Amino acid sequence: MQKEGQFHIPSGCAIAGLFCKDGRRVSGESMIDSITVMHDRSNGLGGGFAGYGIYPEHKDAYAFHVFYDNTAAKESVEDFLTQHFDIESLSRIPTRKTSGITDAPLIWRYFVHPLPRMLQDMEVDEREYVVRCVMKINAQYDGAYVFSSGKNMGVFKAVGYPEDVGRFYKLEDYAGYCWTAHGRYPTNTPGWWGGAHPFALLDYSVVHNGEISSYDANRRCIEMYGYSCNLMTDTEAITYIVDYLNRRQGLSLEEVANVIAAPFWSTIEAMPEPKRSQMTYLRNTFASMLITGPFSILLGFSGGMMALNDRLKLRSMVAAEKGETVYVASEESAIRRIQPELDRIWAPRGGEPLIFRLNEGVKF
Amino acid sequence: MAINYMVPEYEVVRDPQRCIACRVCERQCANEVHSYDPELNCMRSDETKCVNCHRCVSLCPTHALKIVKNNDTFKLNSNWSMQAITEIYREADTGGMLLSSMGNPNDYPIYWDKMLINASQVTNPSIDPLREPMETRVYLGKKPDHVERNSDGSLQINTPPQLELNVPIMFSAMSYGAISYNAHESLARAATELNTYYNTGEGGLHKDFYQYGPHTIVQVASGRFGVHKDYLNAGAAIEIKMGQGAKPGIGGHLPGTKSVGDVARTRMIPEGSDAISPAPHHDIYSIEDLRQLVYSLKEATAYKKPIIVKIAAVHNVAAIASGIARSGADIIAIDGFRGGTGAAPTRIRDNVGIPIELALASVDRRLREEGIRNNVSIVVGGSIRNSADVVKAIALGADAVYIGTAALIALGCHLCRSCQTGKCNWGIATQRPDLVKRLNPNVGYQRLVNLVNAWQHEIMEMMGGMGINSIEALKGNRLMLRGVGLNEKELEILGIKHAGE
Amino acid sequence: MKRVYVNEEWCLGCHLCEYNCAFANSGETYMPKALKDQKIYPRIQVEEGDGVNFAVSCRHCEDPICVKSCITGALSIDNGVIKVNTDKCVGCYTCILVCPYGCVMPASDGHVIQKCELCTQNSCGEPACVKGCPNQAIVYEDRGE
Repeated sequence: MQKEGQFHIPSGCAIAGLFCKDGRRVSGESMIDSITVMHDRSNGLGGGFAGYGIYPEHKDAYAFHVFYDNTAAKESVEDFLTQHFDIESLSRIPTRKTSGITDAPLIWRYFVHPLPRMLQDMEVDEREYVVRCVMKINAQYDGAYVFSSGKNMGVFKAVGYPEDVGRFYKLEDYAGYCWTAHGRYPTNTPGWWGGAHPFALLDYSVVHNGEISSYDANRRCIEMYGYSCNLMTDTEAITYIVDYLNRRQGLSLEEVANVIAAPFWSTIEAMPEPKRSQMTYLRNTFASMLITGPFSILLGFSGGMMALNDRLKLRSMVAAEKGETVYVASEESAIRRIQPELDRIWAPRGGEPLIFRLNEGVKF
Repeated sequence: MAINYMVPEYEVVRDPQRCIACRVCERQCANEVHSYDPELNCMRSDETKCVNCHRCVSLCPTHALKIVKNNDTFKLNSNWSMQAITEIYREADTGGMLLSSMGNPNDYPIYWDKMLINASQVTNPSIDPLREPMETRVYLGKKPDHVERNSDGSLQINTPPQLELNVPIMFSAMSYGAISYNAHESLARAATELNTYYNTGEGGLHKDFYQYGPHTIVQVASGRFGVHKDYLNAGAAIEIKMGQGAKPGIGGHLPGTKSVGDVARTRMIPEGSDAISPAPHHDIYSIEDLRQLVYSLKEATAYKKPIIVKIAAVHNVAAIASGIARSGADIIAIDGFRGGTGAAPTRIRDNVGIPIELALASVDRRLREEGIRNNVSIVVGGSIRNSADVVKAIALGADAVYIGTAALIALGCHLCRSCQTGKCNWGIATQRPDLVKRLNPNVGYQRLVNLVNAWQHEIMEMMGGMGINSIEALKGNRLMLRGVGLNEKELEILGIKHAGE
Repeated sequence: MKRVYVNEEWCLGCHLCEYNCAFANSGETYMPKALKDQKIYPRIQVEEGDGVNFAVSCRHCEDPICVKSCITGALSIDNGVIKVNTDKCVGCYTCILVCPYGCVMPASDGHVIQKCELCTQNSCGEPACVKGCPNQAIVYEDRGE
């Protein structure tokens, strides 16, 4: 059988997220609770979580979470890391034995700082340097896979149902101002841990429910800019597109949403100037990054979270607010489970981005 | 009299029970195949002159006519086909090069027919174009590399000049001279109504058609016929013709007999003189020369118009395209070896060049590998026969397609491949006034509009089936294609998987 | 009213209109049966010469001189269409002589006249010459005349 990454894998899923605008940090336990309700939307072939604000004691270091198939892979990657980074600390990521989670690889965490000398040699900024290093490990080091590489955030994922994955990683021991979660329902997969979601690059993490029909158009476009889509999953392509548009082209997240879920031309034509030419510009310039087909995504980033549906709203997604906390999930039940009393609950329109950020003055 | 070695290719079969001797066939045949015998009160035919254009068949009110392949045969031989032998007789008769028209008709692989399109089932809903928006709009031209901001933070509109198409189909270059005034008027009016573009070819732009300028691509070819400042500025884009799929590596030749009246005036040459386009542009012997012409044309039009460079699909097409993409050109048009022509040496037409499907796949891949795919748009032509070919071309990586032969067929062309004789019975590839008037542009333009509208509907249905509701999400989306009956190498070049994979 | 108009720019002189007219008024359903080995008497006729072709049929004049000159009342105007009642026609040919367009002619038997009645008296439904014109040179339209 072909391994993940050798062919394109479509999958259906469940997603959930919560975000505390006041910066209050909540334990991963509630996210596990929430995603558990949507057990039926996954099939045990992948689950995962992303937490933001979970490493306040290392907040200036890039936190690399790495899967290793064997110790040889670990040794060669650690060589690479030593050559390129100053390693502040390293450890196994704590896990507990959980029925339903089997065949665990070696799971390690490194808090690292790019070596200034190497940075200077490569003449790129720090984030670009980290991206290139992560890409290099993932593409060239057999048996090693960096699945989380942001600051003060971390991804935890595995093959299994999401609630089991959460318990496996002891998420009750972490506290973050933002959590996203994912339960995967791939139509075919050999079940590789790296293939579970969230997919992350730097502090961007994406959980996604859908199957995008534009996949190969998006992939072949984004690969022109130095990304290699090794996993061949939709989520990976979406993450790279977000990284390219937001970090490298400097588009705002609203603008990113207007590229990947662009309004229809008829809608754009009805807009007043200068909005019309701005939207036409975005859609034309980044035409191959338009994503079609059903999707609902939650994008986590430092200090914020964005929810976005495809422009026809072909996947369910609801959002809710209670006080300073916002919730987004594939199903309302997943929100009610952790917060039965809500100030407001609504279904965002297709293509309309919901962007939540920490309140002004809140530090993370 | 010398021996006639030639055997008529076709036989005119007339049903005597049906023929009413109305003589429509006789009046409509510019080749003078049919004649009336008043004594016998019946029609006669001389099939040696028949080119099988079907004009008589189409107009016969009693359906009394059919043209069939002549059953007469030389001694059967798998190596020396009848065609091979007959061509030798013709060359031995005349000592001249064989001429042919329209695209290469020989039995080479048609890769379009070896690719199949995907559709959604279960995991991803198909989209119904009758109920949901389905977008086929395309912009052609270079895209900006970097987003820049105005001082107020808004996006700077730094987009180079673009062509906007409602549907990714344009009419390819066919010169006034090669085709008739009425054919040009049909194309111009149809392009305008469809919000797409037609192309003047190298024959200049008739003064009557300047009004369609916003939907006209003006061509600059090696003969520079009809090129002047107003002409360049009249169009929406300028195409530099480096080559043509039907005759890569050679120029063009409009015989003096076709260079009459307005045709000569539009080309700015003396009436009756042969219009000979040189094989190369004599100011372009290298890629840097091309760059100079690109920028000369941009200077002449104040950088307001995209420049298209059209090349024939030849062996090294990917490297050539990569050079063009760095030459300042905004759009590359690639013409496959099946592309049509008003006249070309038969040997060239039938033996030079490569299939457009393979050329497109390798150009698109090369430009992506070099990270310069957004420097240019890719337009392909050279036998796009239907909307499925359009879908497949876009999925392989084209931005839009050119249709020439298909457009002429919509106007009535029956692919008799005799354009070079100038006696087109359908009023398309002729300058004889009595024949030209057979193509009423009121009819012709509507047929072109109908054709493109029909294709657009079909494209939308296929896109909807794939769960794609905007054509840009189809561009280069090779996972939407699967090969059937292709070998590993062909699949590798096309960048697609085999059906079942 | 709707009339038959001919645009000589697009008339090819193919004479199909004549045969379609003769067939439409033959009462037959199969053209070869109606027209094979027959001399045809169409009500529309193509005038040819010097590269210009023009199919001519009754103009259905507002003030038709043929109707005025008919000695038996066989010609009449019915909703703008000039019609002939062959029961009344005595074949005096006065109308043929006075028509400035040459659009009235003897019928095949020579005893009465015939003219274009816009296919209102046969089963064609709309003018057969228009329907069968291959180049839209003959049109049937209301130009407010």
